[in-house]
Amino acid sequence: MDRKTIDLWVGIFMLMGIAALLWLSLRVGNLGEDRPSSTYAVEAKFTNIGGLKAKAPVKSAGVLVGRVSDILFDNDKFQAVVTLTLDGRYSFPKDSSASILTSGLLGEVYIGLEPGAEDKKLVQGDKVMLTQSAVVLERLIGQFMFGKAAEGDTAAAKK
Amino acid sequence: MSSSPSQSFVEIDNVDFSYGKRAILKGISLNVPKGKVVAIMGGSGCGKTTLLRLIGGQLVPSKGMVRVDGQDIAALDRDGMYAMRRKMGMLFQFGALFTDMSVFDNIAFQLREHTTLPEDMIRDLVLMKLDAVGLRGTAKLFPAELSGGMARRVALARAVALDPMLIMYDEPFAGLDPISLSVVGQTIRKLNNALGATSIVVTHDIVESLQIVDYLYFVSEGRIVGHGSPDEIRNSDEPFIRQFVHAELDGPVPFHYPAGNYHEQLGLAPVRPVTPKGSRP
Amino acid sequence: MIDAIRNLGSRGISSVWRAGAMARFFMLILANSGMSFRRFQLTIREIYFAGVMSLVIIMVSGLFIGMVLGLQGFETLQRYNAEETMGVLVALTLLRELGPVVTALLFASRAGSAITAEIGLMKATEQLKAMDMMAIDPMSRVVAPRFWAGAISMPVLAALFSSTGIFGGYLVAILLVGIDSGVFWSNLHAAVDFRYDVLNGIVKSVVFGVAISIIATFEGFDADPTAEGVARATTRTVVTSALTVLLLDLILTGFMLRGD
Repeated sequence: MDRKTIDLWVGIFMLMGIAALLWLSLRVGNLGEDRPSSTYAVEAKFTNIGGLKAKAPVKSAGVLVGRVSDILFDNDKFQAVVTLTLDGRYSFPKDSSASILTSGLLGEVYIGLEPGAEDKKLVQGDKVMLTQSAVVLERLIGQFMFGKAAEGDTAAAKK
Repeated sequence: MSSSPSQSFVEIDNVDFSYGKRAILKGISLNVPKGKVVAIMGGSGCGKTTLLRLIGGQLVPSKGMVRVDGQDIAALDRDGMYAMRRKMGMLFQFGALFTDMSVFDNIAFQLREHTTLPEDMIRDLVLMKLDAVGLRGTAKLFPAELSGGMARRVALARAVALDPMLIMYDEPFAGLDPISLSVVGQTIRKLNNALGATSIVVTHDIVESLQIVDYLYFVSEGRIVGHGSPDEIRNSDEPFIRQFVHAELDGPVPFHYPAGNYHEQLGLAPVRPVTPKGSRP
Repeated sequence: MIDAIRNLGSRGISSVWRAGAMARFFMLILANSGMSFRRFQLTIREIYFAGVMSLVIIMVSGLFIGMVLGLQGFETLQRYNAEETMGVLVALTLLRELGPVVTALLFASRAGSAITAEIGLMKATEQLKAMDMMAIDPMSRVVAPRFWAGAISMPVLAALFSSTGIFGGYLVAILLVGIDSGVFWSNLHAAVDFRYDVLNGIVKSVVFGVAISIIATFEGFDADPTAEGVARATTRTVVTSALTVLLLDLILTGFMLRGD
């Protein structure tokens, strides 16, 4: 095997490898893309975040507008403190509300941002005052069962 | 430097060597004078190859001393050893050519590794070495395309690529047809004279050795059992040498590996010693 | 019975011995790696044999496995009306697990065995001893370049495997199932994380590459210098590599998931 041919092939090989790595990182792994040039962080408190995890998407009207960057526990109020990092291109009224939603029955957990009506906008360090916690399936089922049982009781009492 | 009076290039002084518990060499002493071709002869498995490994520093004696060019081989560190080995060339039993390189690259290998010569000079040197063994035409072939005798000669050219002061040959004649055998023999002699080198030939081919070497040592069961110049050997009365030189079936080296009584083992009654037909008691 | 126990014991001791000897061998390779980089041409040559020669098998396998994953994933996901996330399933499976592991297994049997056979053959035909007698250390001239070539080639091959695999899944999704290309990619983007999925996969493939290269060079260097010994060493390379890769995968996955 000629030395030049070997060099050429190894060069092609390495370039292919680098191209594959870049493709995996950028196109598949989402590195670099969707990374807004400017961001601002706001806080939201929830009584229950359910299955929310860091890096979960923040969506408004179904559009990705930011990500959950941090989740902490406030030991005074016993609430979850979620930091949302929002894309600097978008701004929301100060009285917007955040709710924890699930796409489909078993889909991923995300935060939905519902815009309010105020003129002032949310800026870095602000707090989202209106929040709606996650719907916990077990609790829902529990309520349903309880409700059914209560219904049964009243039905029995009527008789 | 060497204190030896006879200008020895290689001195082996009362060397013992064993693999684990198996003793291979027992108190061997021999001298190889500068500029001479010396043969070390002996049957298969008598420790001849081990002797070469000891000289090349690939093995370390359990007792005694091996001196090459006045230096104690066992006392050298890695760099010192590699510096010493650059003065040595070795022909391995089956050539040990690098199978993934052409004949040309095989011979150029050491020149490229150890020198910074320009490629066109390396080319000239390689062709000269190949010409010396008569195989300049094979430069582009691969080792797999050579016959056994040709491969041996290429390996010979490779062994002398750096103009070594000491050339060691491990069974250079093994498995060669008579023509190749004498070509290799003549080349060994010619190269030694041309390079002014010292050569050690380990072999069991007595006929060829007697023609090309200056001195012979006989090794049996790890000991030197005889030595002398070719003329002395031819006329020797030593039983071992006689057996070796004249290829007698039985002698000090028995034909039979030690075993129990043959007839008993076959279940025959050992009535009386069997006498061959025609011989008289 | 007693023989069987004794046999088991001696096998156990010998595997512990091999593990220790391999660790020492690895140190020796590192100590003798200077030449592999000073004369990078040596390593490039070995990358050609270990990497470029494995390219076809790796890419074809990757494509097929990605397509099979796509079909199987579709089959299961459509029961939950979630067939749009098929791409996510294919990509995560490949990036996290199948990419590094299957590439490592293929690499061990394609390139690892070749490295062992080559070094073993050089030992059997006294080429290594001859080199040593020429004052050239076989560790730095023969072993180290092959080790580094293996360690460099393996992550590259794993990346190519995962890429072709995801592409195979994409083909199935678009052409066979009829998922919209935009939906496929946006689902991928939402679910695949660079740090946890892509980077962890790369870390795995690097670790596997180093492990296989140590095993392959060690088995070759340690082989009995006979045709039979080389054949045995080659088999051992494939078996030991496979077991080591799977064990390492278990350990690494344990570490990587904990941080999630």
